[in-house]
Amino acid sequence: MHPILKLIAQRLALGLLLLFAASILIFVGTSILPGDVAQSILGQSATPEALANMRRELGLNEPAVTRYFTWLGGVLQGDLGTALTNGRDIAESLGGRLKNTLFLAFWAAAISVPLAIFLGLLAVRYKDRWPDKLISAVTLTTISIPEFMIGYVLIYWVAIKWRLFPSVAIINDSMTLGAKLNAIAIPVMVLTLVVLAHMMRMTRAAILNVMQSAYIETAELKGLGMLKIIRKHAFPNAIAPIVNVVMLNLAYLVVGVVVVEVVFAYPGMGQYLVDHVSKRDVPVVQACGLIFAAVYIGLNLVADIVSILANPRLRHPK
Amino acid sequence: MDDQLKYMTGQVAKGTMTRREFVGRAAALGVTAAVANTMLANSADAASHGTPIRGGSLKIGSSGGESTNTLDPALTASEVPLDNLRHLYESLVEVDASGAVEPRMAESYEASADAKTWAFKIRKGIQFHNGKDMTPEDVLKTMQRHSNEDSQSGALGIMRGISNMKVDGDNFIVELEVGNADLPYLMADYHLMIQPDGGMDNPGAGIGTGPYTLEVDEPGVRHGFKRNENYWDADNRGFTDYNEVLVLNDATARTAALQSGQVNMINRVDPKVAALLDRAPNLSVKSVAGRGHYVFIAHIDTAPFDNNDLRMALKYAINREEMVDKILRGYGTIGNDMPINASYPLFDASIPQREHSIEKAKEFYAKSGHDGSPIILRVADGAFPGAVDAASLFQESAKAAGIPLEIKREPNDGYWSEVWNKQPFCASYWGGRPVQDQMYSTAYLSTADWNDTRWKRPEFDAMLLEARAELDDAKRKAIYSTMGQSLRDEGGLILPMFNDFVDGVASNVGGWTEDPNAELMNNKAPIKCWVKDA
Repeated sequence: MHPILKLIAQRLALGLLLLFAASILIFVGTSILPGDVAQSILGQSATPEALANMRRELGLNEPAVTRYFTWLGGVLQGDLGTALTNGRDIAESLGGRLKNTLFLAFWAAAISVPLAIFLGLLAVRYKDRWPDKLISAVTLTTISIPEFMIGYVLIYWVAIKWRLFPSVAIINDSMTLGAKLNAIAIPVMVLTLVVLAHMMRMTRAAILNVMQSAYIETAELKGLGMLKIIRKHAFPNAIAPIVNVVMLNLAYLVVGVVVVEVVFAYPGMGQYLVDHVSKRDVPVVQACGLIFAAVYIGLNLVADIVSILANPRLRHPK
Repeated sequence: MDDQLKYMTGQVAKGTMTRREFVGRAAALGVTAAVANTMLANSADAASHGTPIRGGSLKIGSSGGESTNTLDPALTASEVPLDNLRHLYESLVEVDASGAVEPRMAESYEASADAKTWAFKIRKGIQFHNGKDMTPEDVLKTMQRHSNEDSQSGALGIMRGISNMKVDGDNFIVELEVGNADLPYLMADYHLMIQPDGGMDNPGAGIGTGPYTLEVDEPGVRHGFKRNENYWDADNRGFTDYNEVLVLNDATARTAALQSGQVNMINRVDPKVAALLDRAPNLSVKSVAGRGHYVFIAHIDTAPFDNNDLRMALKYAINREEMVDKILRGYGTIGNDMPINASYPLFDASIPQREHSIEKAKEFYAKSGHDGSPIILRVADGAFPGAVDAASLFQESAKAAGIPLEIKREPNDGYWSEVWNKQPFCASYWGGRPVQDQMYSTAYLSTADWNDTRWKRPEFDAMLLEARAELDDAKRKAIYSTMGQSLRDEGGLILPMFNDFVDGVASNVGGWTEDPNAELMNNKAPIKCWVKDA
């Protein structure tokens, strides 16, 4: 077998094992939280009879291990089960939320990744001069402000004062692409500002590192322009660390944006997960946890493979 | 004071008193400027009520929605599901803004002389959204679903006193073990929404007799409703073509949505920003005094709270005016250590108000002989808005009286299951009930599940039952007064404040009226209001 295919197969198998371990951790975690789903659904208005009736109906009287394996069996057959709280099919409601999360993450990434890399290259080109300092100062400022604060500031100016874009980013299937993009404009701005600095700084650092090599000096001596050197010689050699940090940020855009979802009432997975955690709806938490874990593992897998492919020494091991 | 304020708002409306003068005089009556301004806005609106305009759509930005919500009335416990219920379903009777019973699915009702047997005459010619006629059998099945042994309903508690239910011709008959003059108020409970076949097969289908039919149901995101063309009471409800409830749990997101014109009304305006928000153009902040109260509750069967002198010391140590001022920012009224206020029918206004007194607190504390060990007060942000700050204020004023109060912060998560009604001293919130009987039976009867102060007095229970079956209002009022005073002077309830319901409404919304039952006009604003520029 080709060594790269073998490597991918190995990584995939490891990833599945990790997922399985993650599902056990999530299950144990939700089980040791105080209170149970029946208590959480009924809240302050719980009477002992109503609680007992609900526990019986939801199967909460079964031991935890039995519940876990029943669930695992279902997942292996593609059945995520139904939510304990509202009896809806998890795969169906989760599907819509996941689509929304990926939609927001895609547009945020489509703008922030090229922008971050471009700004990083620009910063290297004008190293230690005012464009470099300005780019660093602005992006480091926006990454240092909590994302909800950036959200509120943008809402105040963009939505309330100038009335350019809406502050409520609720989207649905019947909207046109244009209407959807209009709705998510401010959240995309916030996310871009939040992830920009990390990727930009890494691009700058990685390329500067390469720029000190002898072959760059040679390129300079043979009279190549600065931007051309960066583009043709430095960037390809700096791609591995950049891809790594880009993937970490993409993972963040998928699994870590619950605060932004709350501020803009965006119907993504984060809010969905938090609602079900607070109600101890274990099957839903399991399903969300599994998807989040899969996204993280998957994106890291991609990062690894890309770094290997980008490096001839790793591509052709002895 | 209320009459005087009403008179004064009238004067402003007529132009014989300036706005500034009004705010000044209202302040003399103990009303803060923020509240005075809101009162003015409310009265100006009442004067400009025109005839309803049909068409258009209303968008409601509401907190209290989660992706775990269902449309099953039995499991409804928060604000967004309540808004949904009011669109889709109706109950036998409702409690109107004046506190009277308003017949809905029942066109009339009557009681036997001992208030033990009640007959509700069911209105004819009403259809469910699925086209079926609403019958007395549907009513009976609904009530059975909420009271049978498999019930998970939040109304199970109030259905307990019923010994038998049956259909007799056009009537739905309820027989009680003990007479209850307030039974119609119990039947107005929002869980008891009439569903076809009682909702036995699919309770969350959203099919009822309400003024709107279900169009979109995305729990935790949005709920869309279309006008029900067959609605029986179209003269009074259901003016817009389409309504949408958007789940906006973040307070800033809600106010921003109202300010930028994306929604027409929002619930729960943060008191901290209410006065500022009211200054924004094209909207107004509406506040109405309700029956909800923020409390600190002690178990009177657990040391050291089994000592009434210590309880009295704590009651005198709390500074009620300061709490209303700082925690509610004036959007509320001070409490008197009993769960009843002037918003309840048969309230006795002559019960003296307990004043903040460090002297008396010191005196009672010395008398209690408490050993000086810290008294632990458990609190979480989720107990009520500003609960942690309120506990700190309490701690400071108690310290002035030499009472060592120690605050223990608990997580919001699990607060209602692990701390409230379990720990001996904690912060809590009560939404209030439409009548005194229901409030006392829910939390102060010896056998009540939610007796969160462990108030178990046989003589109190006896008075409650006596008042319940008493049809003479003067006698009932006297009994309730005695009950309220015994709680005030011996109970484990420390009640510093009643909170107002504070909503934000865009100025293109017509038909807004005050309703002290709950926020957003008892959640009926979406079905009773209209859009002026539709």
